[in-house]
Amino acid sequence: MAVAAQAQSIEEQRKWEGSLDQLRGLVSERAMTGETMLLNMGPHHPSTHGVLRLLLELDGEEIVTCLPDIGFLHTGIEKSLEDKSYEKALPLTDRMDYLSPMSNNMAYSCAVEKLLDLDVPERGQIIRVICLELARCASHLVWLGTHAIDMGAMSVLLYAFRERERVLGMFEMLSGQRMMSSYIRPGGVWRDVPVEFLPTIKQFLHDFPAKVDDYEALLTQNPIWKDRAQGVGVVEPDVALAHGMTGPALRGSGVNWDLRKAQPYSGYETYDFNVPLGEHGDVYDRYLIRIQEFRESMKILNQAVARLETVKGPYRSENRKYVPPLRSELGQSMEAVIHHFKLWTYGYDAPDDEIYSAIESPRGEIGCYIHGTGANKPRRVHFKTPSFIHISALPVMSSGYLLADMVAIIGSVDIVLGDCDR
Amino acid sequence: MEIPAARDPVSAVREAFDDAVLHVKQFRGETTLVVEPARLPDVLDFLRVSSGLVYNMLSDVSAVDYYPDDYGDEFDGDDGEYRPGRFAVSYHILSMLYNRRLRVKAFAAEEDPRLPTATVVWPAANWLEREIADMMGISFDGHPDQRRLLMPDDWHGHPHRRDYPLGKETVAFSFNEAEIRKHKPFAQN
Repeated sequence: MAVAAQAQSIEEQRKWEGSLDQLRGLVSERAMTGETMLLNMGPHHPSTHGVLRLLLELDGEEIVTCLPDIGFLHTGIEKSLEDKSYEKALPLTDRMDYLSPMSNNMAYSCAVEKLLDLDVPERGQIIRVICLELARCASHLVWLGTHAIDMGAMSVLLYAFRERERVLGMFEMLSGQRMMSSYIRPGGVWRDVPVEFLPTIKQFLHDFPAKVDDYEALLTQNPIWKDRAQGVGVVEPDVALAHGMTGPALRGSGVNWDLRKAQPYSGYETYDFNVPLGEHGDVYDRYLIRIQEFRESMKILNQAVARLETVKGPYRSENRKYVPPLRSELGQSMEAVIHHFKLWTYGYDAPDDEIYSAIESPRGEIGCYIHGTGANKPRRVHFKTPSFIHISALPVMSSGYLLADMVAIIGSVDIVLGDCDR
Repeated sequence: MEIPAARDPVSAVREAFDDAVLHVKQFRGETTLVVEPARLPDVLDFLRVSSGLVYNMLSDVSAVDYYPDDYGDEFDGDDGEYRPGRFAVSYHILSMLYNRRLRVKAFAAEEDPRLPTATVVWPAANWLEREIADMMGISFDGHPDQRRLLMPDDWHGHPHRRDYPLGKETVAFSFNEAEIRKHKPFAQN
């Protein structure tokens, strides 16, 4: 293209006046007159953790409001679940929150168990707790690394991923998969822990607390980190509740609400651990809470590993109407063959009724709503995911802060776009 | 500070709104309260602020589609299920003080389904209702933001409806768009 024509084309682009009408009422009136600037951030911005587009309204460098635009990672998981029997739908739930698939499996399995009124044996519950707490560590490690790199601390990412690799190695031991494990299933877990698992996790539990100290040495008293994090993205407790925030983002504002304590599942009421709380509701408090949650997870893991060595027995429900028989039973029992065939072809019927069940994931409350049809496929499965809620609360968290703080605020609520869009 | 004794949400709502409660259901320890759609925001606000109830948090809003035939006057489920309309929207609310949950449900008709919005009660309802409006095609009167949320702005149809086909679709490009449109009569509204 000739230089003159190119210049003219750029000039035309500048002159383009799109309709702002559809944003009327969502951004301030000043944006309509051009007094404040509308600026796109994303969808491919390194700090948006996936594909999140933010339409920012800026007054100078100050954020007036922001309009998050999601759906870039929408994969129709809820719709796909309607076409699968309950057991076969499980691997799809891994793909929602891809940083802690175990929590999604757990949310879905708990909901199915509630719908079917299915029991989970004690050993199964202990293995579940181990998986969930390891998933919490792995997820928080990714959060720590990426949050730090967003705010300019490069080296933390490398250390955090070094430890996460060990957790993923343990998941591979358990399920054969590093990330998309599908290990927690309705009725318990897929199989018992392999023999090499216990020594590995003991070594990890021995090493990990010192690593958390290392991360803290890099960040907690770091003056640059404190400057960027303290007093930024402050959320008052009543605002956090009104916007439905959960997990560390809610506890950062000082609201003592953790589903593991309040509405225990999988035997969490029998473990001794604390719920860390923040005070100011800013980015720094949310950071401190997740760091302390590493330590609380270590406490739970130590107790759970000790129990795993003493509690023997089945790791999955033996209700053969819902849970497929063991491979070893197939050669000996005709009933086992019948159940195996029925459960892997047709599945099982669930009542034509609705339930809602929620667990505490690393990011907050994952709720699963299932409405059965009376047959082998659900009528509707809906996941209430913490990232969805937290992105919808971004406008109240960010207004009045600087553009550079936006990156810190997004990092501090720990969003995963796969979790948000489903 | 003394905490007032917990009240039964069903009888409290019945007392305050004589005719708003249409049906009450218990299943697996969960209470479902079916209310008249027009009174929904009032009931939710009452449950949020009244002493002895204090359902201070909106956990989830989810919609379900009873298509093709599990609804209507002639429908009679196993245990007398109450399903007057094709669509139902459930508000899952949580009382942190009394540590209990409640499901408040309202039905919407097949033709032009619409409900009043609960964003005036909880700002959290904003996106949850937008998602339902987008995916299930239920309009919320008075909602501050009527744009689509997950699907593209120019999308036709509402994917989570039960009569919306599941998969098996050709990817739309500019060169085959007319042809694909021809095969998708459901998406022409």
